[in-house]
Amino acid sequence: MALIRRFEEKAAEAYALGKIGGFLHLSIGEEAVAAGVTSALRPDDYAISTYREHGHCLVKGSDPRRVMAELFGRIDGLSKGKGGSMHLFDKSTNFLGGHAIVGAHLPLAAGVGFKIKYEGGDQVVVCYFGDGAVPQGEFHEALNLSALWKLPVIWVCENNRYAMGTSLERALAQPEIWKFGPTYGIPSEAVDGMDVLAMREAAARAVARARTEKTPALLEARTYRFRGHSMRDPAGAVYRTKEEVEREKQRDPIVLFRDRATKAGLLREEELKHIEKDVNDLVDEAVAFADASPEPPLEELFTDIFREGA
Amino acid sequence: MAVMSYREALNVALREEMTRDPRVFVIGEEVGLYEGAYKVTQGLLKDFGPKRVVDTPIAESGFTGVGIGAAMTGLRPVVEMMTFNFALLALDQIVNSAAKLHYMSGGQFNVPIVIRGPGGPAHQLAAQHSQSMEVYFYHVPGLKVVRPSTPADAKGLLKAAIRDENPVIFIESETLYNVKGEVPDDPDFVIPLGQAIVRREGTDVTVIAYMGMMYRAMEAAEELASEGISVEIVDPRTLQPMDSGTIIGSVRKTHRAVVVEAGAGFAGMGSEIAAFVTEQAFDDLDAPVERVTGASAPMPYAKNLEKAKTPTKEKIMDAVRRVCYANRS
Repeated sequence: MALIRRFEEKAAEAYALGKIGGFLHLSIGEEAVAAGVTSALRPDDYAISTYREHGHCLVKGSDPRRVMAELFGRIDGLSKGKGGSMHLFDKSTNFLGGHAIVGAHLPLAAGVGFKIKYEGGDQVVVCYFGDGAVPQGEFHEALNLSALWKLPVIWVCENNRYAMGTSLERALAQPEIWKFGPTYGIPSEAVDGMDVLAMREAAARAVARARTEKTPALLEARTYRFRGHSMRDPAGAVYRTKEEVEREKQRDPIVLFRDRATKAGLLREEELKHIEKDVNDLVDEAVAFADASPEPPLEELFTDIFREGA
Repeated sequence: MAVMSYREALNVALREEMTRDPRVFVIGEEVGLYEGAYKVTQGLLKDFGPKRVVDTPIAESGFTGVGIGAAMTGLRPVVEMMTFNFALLALDQIVNSAAKLHYMSGGQFNVPIVIRGPGGPAHQLAAQHSQSMEVYFYHVPGLKVVRPSTPADAKGLLKAAIRDENPVIFIESETLYNVKGEVPDDPDFVIPLGQAIVRREGTDVTVIAYMGMMYRAMEAAEELASEGISVEIVDPRTLQPMDSGTIIGSVRKTHRAVVVEAGAGFAGMGSEIAAFVTEQAFDDLDAPVERVTGASAPMPYAKNLEKAKTPTKEKIMDAVRRVCYANRS
């Protein structure tokens, strides 16, 4: 969680400096979802996500230096700088991408579940999506198919209450997203997305079921985005009140976990400082690495359009 | 060589590839129990079982996405569109996911998927079921687009498409499923994607045509021969990548070109071919390139209107005469 937070704070700085272009969507405030869910996975499990995926990608095990280089549009980025912030992919960690058409990657996740079942494996695939994907037809098509064919897909809805600037209540006739699960016969629950341990436990239940029974699950992670929709919506103040944002910041998932772990005697002040320093160093190193990495050579424009060979 | 229908040739191609490679599976609406709306998948469920012949609900975007997700993680799906018109519901999946995952991932993931089914003008199927669909796909970098005109091509190109590492849009035709022809038996008979074929040799004018239009052009060529005009017919077979070399080579020989396409002409395949012929063989041309295209109107149901919408043999003959400056009609 600390790594994601620090990584994205630095990315915001780099964006302000013009080192990162295009769209940059931060998940600050939502880190507990990625961290909690991923802690219930094995390395050979798959994850697939949206354009707000830095955290999902990092916790799945990608090298922060290569992620930052991708955001910088450099050759040492995960996708050689050709994907950018919204399209992070890492085959070495089974991270299947950053997809930026809302809802479109849900059928892909069902396809990955199909593949796992086809080959008789016991992996699972986690599919992260926002509340904004729920009104899309593909959410319903993919949930139906995953239940109909009993596919090991863990649907994780990061409900941060706003699809860009449209609140849940303005988008969904049924704003309790977990309730769509039972309609398709999918075990579902709403989880406190600010509580990393609650996320971990809910994910572990879903994963265990998916591995043995090949059944999908729907987790509605109730979370909150502290920053705007993207860097072009810095405050996010038009569609929500300052008071609301400040109130939600009181439930910062990192602070909540830190306090809990400290009180339980599991983390000492010293160790916290150590973690903070490690993370800062790691992210500084990532920025330096990205900065030093060259731009992709021009011939990269025409590579990777088609794969040769049969 | 065996004589078989275009439909049977496709069926044999699927069987051979499913036998050769356990990763290949067929998925789509009515492909299993119903044996295919046009019976292309006849018998496959019985022979390969429900794991590899997967019936889906009506959810084109959903099951196309399933194919893409399965392909990017190692399987080789053949997705059937009951008719290609329904592929519009999956257009985002095809254009934004299948075509771009290899590029966006910097080459880490590829999508070896075939999306196949009938398209193009058929018989009185009206506006929503009778239209040339290739135009929506060949514009997109990352997609290969195939339009096989004969039973042998149907088999050889489908097998090549299944073995290809990239997404291939493979558009058949309702009007050709019963066409019979000789088809090689060799299970390794594969026609590489991106190779045009000269269907008929001639010396006066090159006609570029595919699918039903190719057959119409052949009829036109027969009649024109009696007028003393020798027509060469080139069938591109694959529209992306396009074998421009074979077309340019033919035009350099005949010095005249007519492109026939069933769809509406604006920004169509004819425009593209006319453009590259003009760019690459301008000095060889003795006449401007002519396009014979479908009318710029939705496909009407009424028989007479349908006929007026689609290029006829007569229209092809007129265009050939015009480029030969032989306006005899």
